[in-house]
Amino acid sequence: MMCFDDLVAAIAALQRSDLDAWIREELVVPRQEAGRPLFNDMECARVRLICTLHYDLEVGADTLTLVLSLIDQLYDTRQRLLSLTAAVAAQDKNVQAAIIAAMEPNGGSSGAGKS
Amino acid sequence: MKDPYETLGVNRTATAAEIKDAFKKLARKFHPDLHPDDKEAETKFKDISAANDLLKDEEKRRKFNAGEIDASGAERPQERFYRDFADGSAPASHATQDGFTNNEELEEFLARAFVGGGRRPESTFRSRGQDVSYVLPIGLLEAANGATRTITLPEGKTLQVTIPEGAEDRQMLRLKGQGMPGFGGGPAGDAYVELHVEPHPYFDRKDDNIHVEVPVTLKEATLGAQIEVPTIGGPVTVTVPKGSNTGTKMRLRDRGIRNRKSGQRGHELITLKVVLPVVEEPELVAFLETWQPKSQQDPRKEMLP
Repeated sequence: MMCFDDLVAAIAALQRSDLDAWIREELVVPRQEAGRPLFNDMECARVRLICTLHYDLEVGADTLTLVLSLIDQLYDTRQRLLSLTAAVAAQDKNVQAAIIAAMEPNGGSSGAGKS
Repeated sequence: MKDPYETLGVNRTATAAEIKDAFKKLARKFHPDLHPDDKEAETKFKDISAANDLLKDEEKRRKFNAGEIDASGAERPQERFYRDFADGSAPASHATQDGFTNNEELEEFLARAFVGGGRRPESTFRSRGQDVSYVLPIGLLEAANGATRTITLPEGKTLQVTIPEGAEDRQMLRLKGQGMPGFGGGPAGDAYVELHVEPHPYFDRKDDNIHVEVPVTLKEATLGAQIEVPTIGGPVTVTVPKGSNTGTKMRLRDRGIRNRKSGQRGHELITLKVVLPVVEEPELVAFLETWQPKSQQDPRKEMLP
């Protein structure tokens, strides 16, 4: 857990006003305790990512929201894929083989192919 | 530690702008959060960042060029990337609680499904079987004394479950290797069995003690008697003292549940309850009609104004 000041101190490039703005725009949503934001490890890592995007890769403030939303969607999709994979991995071998075969570009015999 | 100029792919004479540009290009390509499937991205990105930290700082760069410091001076402390959390492998993640899977499983599966197209040798896709969990309702006596139960799983497999003596409600038993079979030679998952202890018609468990209400007849209570009472270990003979009443308490030492940790047994706590005859007793009625109590009793005195 880190408070606002700890985080600003830990990341050299981070400007207070930027972190304020990111919290306002909900790019990062720290827990509020006694009216002060508290960042857990995940949120600290997220702030570091935003810093790299903004300060190093020069992603502008407006584009930042878009980029983060895409990243969130990427991880959300990965999360679902992970569950799906676990579900497939729990099936027996024949079922797994059939699924993998159906996923190959020309391997699927389902009606989903192009006419 | 590699040469920072080499890492960024720039000349020793590169300008600050060139260094920044080179770093930007490489960071886009290797930032682990932007490339969650690239296992080497993290190492590469750390090298790139360290090189950049050193070269973007005029003073450090001058010292490095003059041989006053080496590149290791710019090594970065361990840093946790956002992908470590967002991919659900860390406990702090807000991701759905899958728990039984990991990145490796995903990557192997995807490698097979998308990239290798199944042409990879079978042995590369190896994963631990999924854990499974069951709920097993058991009686209070089984929990108290321990038991062995065989449960039949939906797929027809049977599972031997040993319920330990003194088992508690909601206690979780782990049966190693009894979960789903592993894949590609991986080990089987575990089975978790949660015990649900069902209430007993007359034994009531409180911690390690067993509470039970024992009915006694008017005669037994008034005159005293030797009676048999149930305990979790079978019937036991106790002496009801002369002049007992409803609410009279008795304690049977060490007839409760054996504590799992201390090995000490709890007690059985008996509360007597006087019951009147259920069939007609004309002699008792006749006696009571002529009976003159020695002291006038008003059991409802405290309830009325």
